[in-house]
Amino acid sequence: METKLQKDARPDTMLLNMGPSHPAMHGTFRIMLELEGEKILNAEVDIGYLHRGFEKTCENRTYFNLLPYVDRLNYVSPLINNLGYAMTMEKLLGVRVPERAQQIRVLMSELTRISDHLTCLGAMAMENGAFSVFLYMMKAREYLWDVVEFTTGSRMLTSYIRIGGVRADLHEGWQSSVRTAVRETRRALRDVAGLLDKNQIFLNRTRGIGSISKEDAISHGWTGPCLRSAGVSYDVRKAHPYLIYDRLEFEVPLGEQGDNYDRYSVRMREMEQSLRLCEQTSGLIPDSKPRVKADEIEPTEALRLGRLQKPPQRIRLSPNLEGSEADVYPRILTGDAPVVVPPKEDTYTTMEGLISHFLFFMDGYGIRPPKGDVYFSVEGGNGEVGFYIVSDGTDRPYRLHVRAPCFHVLSALEQLVRGRFVADVIPTFGSMNMIGGELDR
Amino acid sequence: MEKEDLIEEIRARFSAGIESYAESLGDQVLVVRRENLLALMSGLRAAPFDYAVLLDATCVDFLASENRFEMVYHLFSLSRNRRLRIKTSLPGGNPVVDSLSGLWKNADWLEREVFDMFGVGFIGHPDLRRLLMYEEFEGHPLRKDYPWRKEQPLIPLKD
Amino acid sequence: MSGFDFLSARFETALGWARKYSLFHYPFVTACCGIEYMSTACAHFDLDRFGAGLIRFSPRQADLLLVVGTVSHKLAPVLKTVYEQMMEPKWVIAFGVCAVSGGIYQNYAAVQGIDKIIPVDVYIPGCPPRPEMVLDGLMRLQEKIQREKQDWRWKKRT
Repeated sequence: METKLQKDARPDTMLLNMGPSHPAMHGTFRIMLELEGEKILNAEVDIGYLHRGFEKTCENRTYFNLLPYVDRLNYVSPLINNLGYAMTMEKLLGVRVPERAQQIRVLMSELTRISDHLTCLGAMAMENGAFSVFLYMMKAREYLWDVVEFTTGSRMLTSYIRIGGVRADLHEGWQSSVRTAVRETRRALRDVAGLLDKNQIFLNRTRGIGSISKEDAISHGWTGPCLRSAGVSYDVRKAHPYLIYDRLEFEVPLGEQGDNYDRYSVRMREMEQSLRLCEQTSGLIPDSKPRVKADEIEPTEALRLGRLQKPPQRIRLSPNLEGSEADVYPRILTGDAPVVVPPKEDTYTTMEGLISHFLFFMDGYGIRPPKGDVYFSVEGGNGEVGFYIVSDGTDRPYRLHVRAPCFHVLSALEQLVRGRFVADVIPTFGSMNMIGGELDR
Repeated sequence: MEKEDLIEEIRARFSAGIESYAESLGDQVLVVRRENLLALMSGLRAAPFDYAVLLDATCVDFLASENRFEMVYHLFSLSRNRRLRIKTSLPGGNPVVDSLSGLWKNADWLEREVFDMFGVGFIGHPDLRRLLMYEEFEGHPLRKDYPWRKEQPLIPLKD
Repeated sequence: MSGFDFLSARFETALGWARKYSLFHYPFVTACCGIEYMSTACAHFDLDRFGAGLIRFSPRQADLLLVVGTVSHKLAPVLKTVYEQMMEPKWVIAFGVCAVSGGIYQNYAAVQGIDKIIPVDVYIPGCPPRPEMVLDGLMRLQEKIQREKQDWRWKKRT
């Protein structure tokens, strides 16, 4: 099967295929180059090697069940995708989220935004030869993931941010984990800045390479750090503030030329701003009293005691449900509408609780938003992650579409590498932060 | 306020093509006729409306209705910080619409994806072919009549 | 007679020992599991202490194919080509449920498990698997390599 590049190519040029499986570790992406010596005359990009049928799958799953699929879009900053989907549904349903849940959402978003930038820059630096930068950044990322893991239960794809709030409260001792994570990340960023900022080899490979003008960037629909590196100040957190971003102080770093070095430097400065946001948010979130485990009783015991009236003791739940007990619910999940899983204590011990649990999970019941369509976007690691949901009143979405930021960023790659050398493809592509799950959905 | 003035101006200038205007959950939605789509889009992109960014272009398949496909475009104006949703319906028998690749550069890939997933044709597109699926794939996966689990393997599978 | 058996058994053990502690792997990384793979290979949960730290970026130089993440139907011919380019002896680890059985993607686009395309030695489930699970899977592969009948002539496995 001949590609367009092969058909249009001159007979005396060489065609090089940088195939779907290549060491640049960004997953599956194919770029075909028409070369004259080392110089690229023409390029063609072939995507879709990770197309996993996300949008079609979402039409066949209930609104609650499709949350894990949403995680796996931009899999380096999964909580931000969770957030985008949850906020789109909240806009459609018209529910309001409690204050503490909003603060926790901001904290988690910023932590995963930092890990997104760390992965992007680490991989980009490694492909340019700076291997130890990758190791430093992965080490810092482990500390960030520790915070996420102790609260949500999973390092990466967490499904933690739910429609109506978050799944569970922050873990005990979260302040010290956040402080450790921030400190270690700052240390890693300081080391990396010392290694790369004024490094002549890195500058030669990234300065002036892959430049894009403001008009081109806007015409291609770029958003996020790549657009800001071209000098356009557009950040969804400032333009259309959501959650508590309008009350937090942070800056939006801008670049000048829109080349690879600017994208690297914008991401480095954004990480510092995200660390500032983490510190501010963790100062805002009030402490909660630790639970006393000794006076809790098992659900069967509660059933036995509760024949005539509800027993006063708390009910002991499985350790998996730590942080999502019934008395924590008002802080972390909305009470506006039946869009959240009912508390397990009610489910295990009362008839009404059991019925409401079934009504949430049964086919045809559960979250049934009104008919209509909605679009909402959040600032993801790559740019504006938008969700467009068409609802027909049933418990499954009629159509769910994701506005993937790196799709638009990558549509400009062919133009950026034309006229450059083969070796320039690697830093250009690396600085664009292509995530296969988001690109191909 | 400024938001209402903008919409009033748009409706006044392009009244021929606009079928209806609605506000849904805080979003502004214009429904237009497909013949007037290109003219409306070029007008919106230029000053004074200045919708410089094509955020998204997608399609919805309403199998039951006569106008089966509905193209949905999201525009964004950086200078005025305003979003706009534009919808246009296409008949199921002949789902073609003008291509916007002359106005915005990312329309190229967005329209290729819609063609791949829904089979909607775009007049004036420089290179309309599949983007996410492979060339040998038959059918358009996101259409409602394509079975969700029907696989078309490229190489013979074991078992 | 028995002397030859004794020597060949010793040789097999030695060959198995050498092969299992010097695995050069080719990471066929596609999706989210790739991020956990990066974590496993880096300083915190080191792969290098198992002898499998050197990443070969060409299948011709590798003897372990780590298929990480979802393989779609568009990517299946590429995976088969990469597998056939590797030289014997070679092993395959399916990393993550998408590679093991298609994972949560049971639809028109994803291959329901890479053992429909190539033979697999160790399956590591998880979405994504924790790095400790990956290291456990690697150790099981090492036991398998030690146990299996080594051959120092070319042998094609279907």
